[in-house]
Amino acid sequence: MKAHESGRRVFLHRVLQALTLLGAGGCDRLSQDERFQTLLSSGEALSRITQKALLPRKAMAQEFGESDLSQTFRSNGTSNPENPAYQALAAKGFQEWRLAVGGMVKNPLQLSLAQLRIMPQRTQITRHDCVEGWSAIGKWTGVPLAHVLNAAHVHPDARFVVFHCADPMDGPGSAQYYESIDFDDAFHPQTILAYELNGHDLPIANGAPLRLRVERQLGYKHAKYLSRIELVDDLRGIQGGKGGYWEDGHGYQWYAGI
Amino acid sequence: MQETTPFLMPRSKTETLYYRHRLPVRLMHWINVLCLTILFMSGLSIFNAHPSLYWGDSSYSGRPAILQITSVDTDSAPKGIVRIGVYQINTTGVLGVSNGQGGTPIRHAFPSWMTIPGYYSLAYARQWHFFFAWLFVFNGLAFLLFSVWSGHLVRDLAPSKVELKGIGESIKDHLRFRHPHGEAAKHYNVLQKLAYLLVIFVLLPLIALMGMAMSPMLDSAITGWVDWFGGRQSARTIHFIIAWMLVAFVLIHVFEVIVSGLWNHLRSMITGYYDTGSEPASGARHEST
Repeated sequence: MKAHESGRRVFLHRVLQALTLLGAGGCDRLSQDERFQTLLSSGEALSRITQKALLPRKAMAQEFGESDLSQTFRSNGTSNPENPAYQALAAKGFQEWRLAVGGMVKNPLQLSLAQLRIMPQRTQITRHDCVEGWSAIGKWTGVPLAHVLNAAHVHPDARFVVFHCADPMDGPGSAQYYESIDFDDAFHPQTILAYELNGHDLPIANGAPLRLRVERQLGYKHAKYLSRIELVDDLRGIQGGKGGYWEDGHGYQWYAGI
Repeated sequence: MQETTPFLMPRSKTETLYYRHRLPVRLMHWINVLCLTILFMSGLSIFNAHPSLYWGDSSYSGRPAILQITSVDTDSAPKGIVRIGVYQINTTGVLGVSNGQGGTPIRHAFPSWMTIPGYYSLAYARQWHFFFAWLFVFNGLAFLLFSVWSGHLVRDLAPSKVELKGIGESIKDHLRFRHPHGEAAKHYNVLQKLAYLLVIFVLLPLIALMGMAMSPMLDSAITGWVDWFGGRQSARTIHFIIAWMLVAFVLIHVFEVIVSGLWNHLRSMITGYYDTGSEPASGARHEST
C-alpha cells in the first residue's frame, strides 16, 4: 500500500465519522445543550443590537391601500379563548370589559371600550408578518399606545410594557398569553391598541375587543384579547420571566424584529 | 511505509506541487461550506412552518400559491403532494409525507433528514439559521475584503478579455470533461471564474438581502423597499429559489471537482498545494481502482 493511499483512507474515514456524528442527530443533541443554545441565540441578540443601532427609532412600517387588503384576515393561535370570564364579557358585547393600566404608573387606569373610542384615533393598513412565514394585510383602527401610556403617567424607571391577555394557552385554567415590548416600540406612532379590523368591530377570532398592533415586529408580539397593561422595569418577575408566552417555554426570541 | 511523507502528499510529486490556495481563502471556503449547509437545512425547517410560496406582499391576496408542499388524506394513508401552479405531483415518501420511526407517516413538507433540527421546531430552526447567517455574513465580508486587498479578486477571479472570447471553447471542454492540466491548471478557467463571480457577487448577496426583506424591522429601514423585489412574500420566494440555485451550484462544483481530480482539489483546498503534474483523467481513474 502506498503511503499517500493509507493517508487518504484515514482522512476519508475521519471525514465520514465527523459527518455521521453531525448528521445522525448531532445537531439535535447540540440543540438541547444549554451552552450551545445560549451560543445560538446570540445570533438573534446580534440582530436586535444591530437593528436597534442602525434603524431610526421612528422608522415607519410600510402602509398599503384598500385594494391590498387580504380577503380574510387569518386568525392564528387562539381563535376563541377557553375562558368563562372572557366568554361572559363577550356575551354582553364587551360592555363590562375594562382595560386595566397599572404597574409602574402614577395614574392607574380602568378604560372601557367607549372611553378608548373617544381617544385620539389612528387607522393604518399594514402587513402582518407571522413568524411562520406568511403575511396578511389588514386595516386597523385604534388608539395610539403612547396616548394611553401618557395618560397613565409612566414612572421614569419603567422600561417595558407587558400585555396580559384573556386566552389560556394550554386548555381552560392554564397560563394566559402575554407579551412585552420596549419603549422604542411602545411609543412608536404605528403602535396602537386596535378595536377595529377592516372598518368593523374587532372579531373574536382576531382578538376582540382589543389587541396590540406593533407593526415592526412579528405576529406573536401582537397580543390579542387584552385585559391588562403593566409597566415594569424588569421582565424576570413575570410568569416564566422571558417576556412572553412563546419565549418562556418554546424557545422563541423576545426580540421579534426578524 | 514512508514515515516522513507529508499528509496527503506523495514525495515523488513534491516538485510539481503548486501553492494554489492561501490559508485565509481555504479557511473561509470551509466556513462557508459549514454555514451554507446549516443555513440550507435550518431554512427548510423554517419553510416547513408554512410550506407555501407566493408572489406579492401578502399570502392571502386571493391569488393561489406559486408552490405548495402539502398532504391530503386518502383511504389508506396520507399522500404527499407538491403543487406548482396548476400542476400537482405525488411526492409521498419524500415531500409532504415522509416516513418516521417505525414507518409512521409524518406530515412535514421537507423530511426530517433534510432539516435542522431533525424534529419540528420553528423556534430552534430560527436560532440555528440566524446564528449561522451572521457567521456567513462576517465570513463573506472578510472574503470580500481579503480578495480585494490581496489581489485574489483581480488576479484569480476576474476573467480577461481574451478569456471571455474563449468562452465557447471552455463550454466545449467542460461538456467533454476535458480539464486543463500542467501550467493551465494553476488558474481557474473562464466558466469557473464566471460561476464563482455569479455566486459571490449576485446569488449570495441577494439571498442575504431577501432574508433581510423578511424582517419587519429591516423593512422599515427605507419604507417600502421590499416592493422593489415584489413584496415580502416575493422576497421569501426569491430566497427559496436562490437556496436551490446554490444547491445546483454546489452539485456542479462538487461534480467538477470529482471529475478533474478529487484528491488533488481536496488537498489544495485543505493544505493549499495543488499538483500540476498529475494527469487529472488518469488520476481520477487511479482513484477508482
